Amino acid sequence: MGFLTKKRWQRRHLVETFMKFIMRVSLFIVAGSLGLILWIVVVRGLPSLSWEMVSQIPKGGYYMGKGGGILNAIIGSLYLAAGGTLLAMIFSVPIAIYLKTYLGDSKWGQYVRLSLDVLWGIPSIVYGAFGFALMISLGMRASLLAGIIILAFIELPIMTRAMDEVIRRMPEDLEHAALALGSTKFEVALRIVTRQMLPGITTAILLGFGRGIGDAASVLFTAGYTDRIPTSLMRPTASLPLAVFFQLSSPYPEVRERGYAAALILTVIVLVVSFSSRWLSARLNKYTVK
Amino acid sequence: MDAHIQVKNLNVYYGKQQALKDVNIEIPKNQITVIMGPSGCGKTTLLKTFNRFLELTEGTQLTGEVLVDGKNIYDRDVDVTEVRKVVGLLAQRPAPLPMSIFDNVLYGMNIHRMKKDRREYKDAARHYLEIAGLWDEVQNRLHDPATSLSIGQQQRLCLARGLAVEPEIILGDEPTSALDPISSQNIESRLIELKQQYTTVIVTHTLRQAKRLGDYVIYMYLGEVIEAGPAKEVFNNPQHERTRAYLEGQI
Ligand SMILES: Nc1ncnc2c1ncn2[C@@H]1O[C@H](COP(=O)(O)OP(=O)(O)OP(=O)(O)O)[C@@H](O)[C@H]1O
Ligand SMILES: [Mg+2]
Repeated sequence: MGFLTKKRWQRRHLVETFMKFIMRVSLFIVAGSLGLILWIVVVRGLPSLSWEMVSQIPKGGYYMGKGGGILNAIIGSLYLAAGGTLLAMIFSVPIAIYLKTYLGDSKWGQYVRLSLDVLWGIPSIVYGAFGFALMISLGMRASLLAGIIILAFIELPIMTRAMDEVIRRMPEDLEHAALALGSTKFEVALRIVTRQMLPGITTAILLGFGRGIGDAASVLFTAGYTDRIPTSLMRPTASLPLAVFFQLSSPYPEVRERGYAAALILTVIVLVVSFSSRWLSARLNKYTVK
Repeated sequence: MDAHIQVKNLNVYYGKQQALKDVNIEIPKNQITVIMGPSGCGKTTLLKTFNRFLELTEGTQLTGEVLVDGKNIYDRDVDVTEVRKVVGLLAQRPAPLPMSIFDNVLYGMNIHRMKKDRREYKDAARHYLEIAGLWDEVQNRLHDPATSLSIGQQQRLCLARGLAVEPEIILGDEPTSALDPISSQNIESRLIELKQQYTTVIVTHTLRQAKRLGDYVIYMYLGEVIEAGPAKEVFNNPQHERTRAYLEGQI
């Protein structure tokens, strides 16, 4: 049966082996870095993570190692990201639907998609500077509202493009099948399109939320930082990424350790959000037509 | 002839291109009509005028009349969803809706609010799945996704789903062409069983299927209806040269 054995040293088999090797190495690098990041955050953050840290706002002298916590930043970040995501959603859903229904693959549709992709690529510090300039000209001060608006700007292109891709994959057969049974267009939208699209739209929204909650540069100028929990949209607010940044740049070692704990909290929030979105879209996905 | 559908002076254009040219035909009630003809001759287009699906394609124009039970379905006062409730469609490829097997059958009854309570819906679902010959295979997995069925089963599900809205007319655009031989045969026998209660119009490319199913035959060529008549007459003694050529060219 010699003629069936693999000719290992043939060129195509060598190429195959080499390619497989490259892919394994890349996978290892990706998975390894994720593991390493989590490891460092957990090892350095866990010792100084305490109930006090997640349940209290900073007390006097917190930044020199005294008592208190970063509840202000946790709440602030959740407000910012939730508000930004909500605002971005209000605009991105209609834009995505407009793109699909009226612009399609026309020249204008392509321009809109290109501009969204460019916006997606703009660094968030640029958004921050833009927001800051705008606020100065309007005479506004750093506030929760300004932070929410700038995060909505950052999340909008991500969410719109992700939804656009989802909506573009809507099979026409499905709409026709429902219309053939005597559905109105609204019933098709409500009962068929949303069912088919919901998993993808959920993913798009959580993608936006993930980007929003982790962003430091844009909220630095626009939302400011304060030790208090914001009580109105016009007040400044703290945020977790900045809490990490400020504490890590402290000269006091115990404060730096708390910086890692803050990073751990942020990581846990992001992980919880992405795992629950996975779980949710798997559940919603059960009936979708591929 | 007791005509269920009457087509009068029907012309259809896709943009500037004319796809149907002055079509005048009658479709007999409670029989199976087969539409035949070479590819691109306008069979699908003609079928789409019966349930007003043509208007889903942009840039189409239609003149003339399509009368169902004597009423022109293109009249202004006609509700298109009612037309599609009366004129059901079995598509070429089955398109299960993104929901369970059970909910697929209920979908149409739900939007038209045809039943009173859950019990009635359940009984109706069973009834139509039985008519489509699918009940035995799915009774223990009614809440599985419809996409988990085989293609042949999906097509029978689509039949059940279509029948559940209580149409009077069933359209089929090559409804078995995506199926394996056994599943095709299964669908064919369903259509034959159902023909006493429904007016059925089937587009087909296979002459054998046309002979097995057809009570009435329409032969089209380049957008025109060349010949229409009872199956026996058309198959045994075609009046038109083109029909004869088509029938002889096929085995
Ligand atoms: N959406 C469309 N836009 C423009 N022309 C079309 C469109 N659909 C069909 N046509 C044209 O109309 C004519 C009839 O098409 P139709 O699909 O009705 O043919 P058919 O008999 O169903 O063919 P087949 O047997 O291949 O399915 C063809 O010349 C086709 O190219
Ligand atoms: Mg066709």
